[in-house]
Amino acid sequence: MDTLYLRRRITNAFALALGTAATLFGLAFLAWILWATLRQGIAALDWKLFTKITAYGDQGGLSNAMVGSLIINLIGIAVATPIGVLAGTWLAEYANRTRLGESIRFLNDILLSAPSIVMGLFVYTIIVLPSTVLTHGNTTFSGFAGGVALALIALPVIVRTTDEMLRLVPSTLREAALSLGVPQWKLTSQILLRAARSGIVTGVLLALARISGETAPLLFTAFGNNFMTLNPLDKMSSLPQVIYQYANDPGDTLHALAWAGAFVVTLFVLLLSLTSRLLLSRKVSHD
Amino acid sequence: MSTSPAATAIPEQRATRDARHDRLFAGLLKACALIVLASLLGAAFATLWGGREAFGTFGWHFLANSAWDPGNQDYGALVPVYGTLATSFIALLIAVPVSFGIALYLSEVAPRWLRTPVASAIELLAGIPSIIYGMWGLFIFAPFFAEHIKPWLTNYLGNNPDDGHPSWVAAHVPFVGKMFASDYPFGASILTAGIVLAVMIIPFISSVMREVFQTVPTRLKESAYALGSSTWEVVWDIVLPYTRSAVIGGIFLGLGRALGETMAVTFVLGNAMELSSSLLDPGASIASTIANQFSEAVGLQKSALMALAFLLFVVTFIVLLIARMMLRRLASREGR
Repeated sequence: MDTLYLRRRITNAFALALGTAATLFGLAFLAWILWATLRQGIAALDWKLFTKITAYGDQGGLSNAMVGSLIINLIGIAVATPIGVLAGTWLAEYANRTRLGESIRFLNDILLSAPSIVMGLFVYTIIVLPSTVLTHGNTTFSGFAGGVALALIALPVIVRTTDEMLRLVPSTLREAALSLGVPQWKLTSQILLRAARSGIVTGVLLALARISGETAPLLFTAFGNNFMTLNPLDKMSSLPQVIYQYANDPGDTLHALAWAGAFVVTLFVLLLSLTSRLLLSRKVSHD
Repeated sequence: MSTSPAATAIPEQRATRDARHDRLFAGLLKACALIVLASLLGAAFATLWGGREAFGTFGWHFLANSAWDPGNQDYGALVPVYGTLATSFIALLIAVPVSFGIALYLSEVAPRWLRTPVASAIELLAGIPSIIYGMWGLFIFAPFFAEHIKPWLTNYLGNNPDDGHPSWVAAHVPFVGKMFASDYPFGASILTAGIVLAVMIIPFISSVMREVFQTVPTRLKESAYALGSSTWEVVWDIVLPYTRSAVIGGIFLGLGRALGETMAVTFVLGNAMELSSSLLDPGASIASTIANQFSEAVGLQKSALMALAFLLFVVTFIVLLIARMMLRRLASREGR
């Protein structure tokens, strides 16, 4: 009897200790990765990062990549936000509990973690290839194509948050408006979407955080460009793509620049996701 | 209803207008929702279409062929498929117990004030872009692995340790010696990629586990405690069986991530298009092969890469489908 009791206690203590160790293991990796990025990134920070373009190689900076990232991300968000918000609205307001609605909601959840490199190849097939043929090779890879690829990754995030946020809106609001004779499109666009606005904005920010670090879908869509360009129909470089290229370079002179870029991207993404999470938790706890 | 014709005409007009607007609005919304569907189907068809030449040339043999030879125009999916499955499997092998430990710690062991900050910190890992994992893996972890972990593995588990005699484990357990034999001096390998992937998917799996652990009714746990169960027994015998389907769903979600991950793997896999029995040798995954070769590939090679992408998409789709169905099962039992 006593030995059984002792054995159970030991098993328990052992399991709980292992759980604690697992948590420390996870936290250690987090600290290790952040520390590496911070140390190497700050060491490589320099003004020329923001003023010079990548064409100068190790004497240059990343300014064209930063501008490119900004443009591509903006295109991605600009394409994904209206489509995502409207689709999410349809799921929450029009197709809740219908068969088609449930299947699209389900497939959207799958799209949320679909491999991003396949999305890049998809956009390559539907935008890069046709534009090459139509313009006789004048326009091949483009910042626009990169933006669309990122939009496909941002889309499910925005659809999901919009859907969830709208379903949090109390149904008394709908009933009150409908009983006053407000048509459904007006109710949806002017009352419900307004009520869920802050949640939807958070979803868009989360989507932006998600796509800002994406590299794989940009390799065959925006491709990269060593010079500054503001034309979305040009090949365009982006921070993650330049980091990928520089980190893979056999010489180490470019590695410092890659770390600096990595630092900038990580800082941006983490700040963005922290802010949106903070907004989200405040929103949910109030409701 | 004795109103004048003029008075009824206005509301009626308005009603038809509203009805028309309603239909238009609903149609617009539905079209946007269908775009979600279209992008999934489109990605599948686009890669299938792009890979038609490779599928047509090689047929089913494509799946079993370990060659990847641009010189002879001979391509097979076996090496990248093996690399994808092996790295993901290693990642799960590490990530599942660790994630379970984290969920156990956060839901039962940690003091209340510590739970939210630690959980957010772990979730921060999920927010780090995969290219950062890749860089960390390439510049920090792979050298560390080559210097500290790999020699230990080859010496104690491998076939050809430094002193020339196979280790005790290699001599007594089949396959293990081959799995950990390597004379390749660098850190990039299938095992390294698996470990980096594990770190990447730990936050996904652990946050699902933690969330579903919290859905277990308190009275169920309290009944077990009242009967004298220890914390571990409550988690293992009550919480885990109750949440089993969702836990499996969370694991599959992590698997889906691991299968399709590109950047973190590409940096630390070594990108060697040959089959090796050792986990310490470099390899290739589907995503890393595409990332490395697609921009320079033409003709049949490009088609073979598209065919690989199609395979990856189909496999991840199935894995994620299972994941979502498993997750949904618990939700529906709760009546959510």
